[in-house]
Amino acid sequence: MSTVLPGPTAANAASTRTPIDAVLAASAATAAPAHRPVGRLVDEFQSGLDAPICLTWELTYACNLACVHCLSSSGRRDPRELSTAECKSVIDELQRMQVFYVNIGGGEPTVRKDFWELVDYATAHQVGVKFSTNGSRIDAAVAQKLAGSDYVDVQISLDGATAEVNDYVRGPGSFDTAMTAMGHLKDAGFSGFKLSVVCTRQNIGQLDEFKAIADHYGAQLRLTRLRPSGRGADTWDELHPLPGQQKELYDWLVAHGEDVLTGDSFFHLAAYGDALPGLNLCGAGRVVCLIDPIGDVYACPFAIHEEFLAGNVRSEGGFQTVWRESELFLELREPQSAGACNSCQFFDKCRGGCMAAKFFTGLPMDGPDPECVLGHGEELLKQRGDALLPKPSMDHSKTLSKRQRLEAAAKKRGIELPPEGASAETPPLDLRAIAAMPDKACDENPLAGFGSAEVVDRAASGGAGDRSALAGFTVRNAQEG
Amino acid sequence: MSTPTITSAGADAPTATTPEQADVVARRRLDFDPAAAWTLHPQVALRPERFGALAYHFGTRRLSFLKSPRLLAVVEALADHPTAVDALEACGIAPAERPAMETALATLARTDMIARRSPA
Repeated sequence: MSTVLPGPTAANAASTRTPIDAVLAASAATAAPAHRPVGRLVDEFQSGLDAPICLTWELTYACNLACVHCLSSSGRRDPRELSTAECKSVIDELQRMQVFYVNIGGGEPTVRKDFWELVDYATAHQVGVKFSTNGSRIDAAVAQKLAGSDYVDVQISLDGATAEVNDYVRGPGSFDTAMTAMGHLKDAGFSGFKLSVVCTRQNIGQLDEFKAIADHYGAQLRLTRLRPSGRGADTWDELHPLPGQQKELYDWLVAHGEDVLTGDSFFHLAAYGDALPGLNLCGAGRVVCLIDPIGDVYACPFAIHEEFLAGNVRSEGGFQTVWRESELFLELREPQSAGACNSCQFFDKCRGGCMAAKFFTGLPMDGPDPECVLGHGEELLKQRGDALLPKPSMDHSKTLSKRQRLEAAAKKRGIELPPEGASAETPPLDLRAIAAMPDKACDENPLAGFGSAEVVDRAASGGAGDRSALAGFTVRNAQEG
Repeated sequence: MSTPTITSAGADAPTATTPEQADVVARRRLDFDPAAAWTLHPQVALRPERFGALAYHFGTRRLSFLKSPRLLAVVEALADHPTAVDALEACGIAPAERPAMETALATLARTDMIARRSPA
C-alpha cells in the first residue's frame, strides 16, 4: 500500500493541450488575476480534491451472472457486506462531502434486498444515482418507477450486438435479458438511459449495430475499455481488441464524437491522432475512487488489489478520512513520473495509459500501456514471459463447494440428498448417478464449458469492465454549447 | 431524462476574430439578460473548490465547473440582488471584467444552472 505508483497520469504541465484541455484552461488565465493563481483544471484534479467528483460503489459481490471478464470477480455475496445501516451512513457522509452522484454496480446491485431502499435514501439525501445492471430485475413495474425519477439513471450492460457474441462473454440468456429490460424502459418512456458495451475482439465489428440498438430503444450508447482486472485478467489475452481493431475503434469514436459516451476510458488511443472527447485524465484516487461491497476503498474500479487499497469506510474517520489522508491517495496526488514514456511525443495525450491495465498485465507502472498504439506495450509483454502476474486480492467467483456441487447435480437428476452431517445410518449415495456433474468452467480456459449445467448460471455482472467513475459523462465544450 | 454532461463555465471573454465567431459570441449573450433577476436553479447544488466550484444539476444530471472563486461569489449573490448587474457590482467586479463574467453566466443560463426569477 505504500508503494509509489509513478507513471500513468503524470501531469506534464507543459505544452501540448488537448482540445478539452484548451477549453478547461480557457478561463484560468483571465478569471482571477488578483488571486492565488489556479492551474489548468486537469492539473487541479491531478493534485486531488477534498472530495471525489463522483465515485463507484459496488454494493454487492453477489451476481446472478458470471461474466468471464468481470472486473470484480463477482458471483457470491461476501458475508462481510455492508449492512443497510452502514450503507446509509456512507450515503450520509457522501452528502456531507457533497459528492453529488455515485455510480452503483456490483455484482448485480439489484439482487440486494435493500437496493431500492438505498437508491431512495441516496436521492433523498442529495446523492444522485446511476446504477449498472444486467437487466434481470428491470421488469415493467421497475421501469415505470425509474422513468418517474429524475435523480436515477440506469445503465444496461451488453457486450455483443447479437446473442452469439454477447452470451459468449456474459452467459447464455443474458442477451435476451438485456434486450427485454431495454424494451421495458422504452415502453415506460425512459429515454436516455445508457447501453453500456465493453469493447472486445469479438464485438469491435458490431459498433454500428450497437448504435442501432441504442437508437432503437432511445438509449445512449456507451463504449468502454476491457480491462485485465478481476476475471478479466484470465480472459484478456483472448478478448482484448487486436491492434488493427484499436484503430478501427478509434476512427469510429472520432466519427461519432460526443454522441457516444466512453467514460473517458480510451485516452490511450489518443496517439492515433486527436484526443477523444473527455478529460483525458486518470482520476484514480484524485477525483474518483471505488468503495467495494465490504467497505474497502480502492483507487479505482479496475484496481481491486491490495496494492491500490486505501482503507475501509468502517475505520475510524470513515470514508472522508480515507479519501483525505490515506497514504496511497496522497501519493497518487503527487506529480508522477513518465518513466519509459518520457521521450514519447504522445505522452501528453495518453499519459502512459491505464494504471490498472499495466499492473494486472505485469508491466511496470512507469511505462507504456499494454495496448500502447505504438506497440511498445506488446513488446514488453513478450519480454515479460511467464512472470507471475498479480491476482486480484479478492475473488468472489462462484466456486461451488463439494456439497453444493452434489446438491446441484442431484437436483438436476431428481435425487434427494440426505441432509448434511446425516448419521452413518443414512443409505450411501449412488455416486454413479451424480458422477456426470459439470466441473468448474474456469479451471483452464474460462470460456470453456459453455453449455454445461453450471454455465447456465454464468453470465454477467452488471457492467463488467465498465465502471469508470466518470462513466456516462461526456465533456462538452462550453464555448460551443 | 437528459444526457449527463460536464461543462465548464469560465469567466473568460471569447475573442471574436471572424464574423462567424462574432456571431457565436453575440448569440451566446442573447441567452442571458444581465438586467433581469436571476437565481441559482433550485435543483442545483454548489461545492466550493480552490479553483471555483463544482455545480451539479440533479434534474439534468449535468456537472459544471465554475472556474473562478469570484464567479462562484457572483452566482451565490444573484438571488440577493434585483438584477445580475447589481450582483456583479456587489461582488466588486470591475467594468472591464464584466463581459467575461456575463459570458460565463450566459453559459450557466443556457445549461439551466441559473434561472430567471421574478424580481423581488
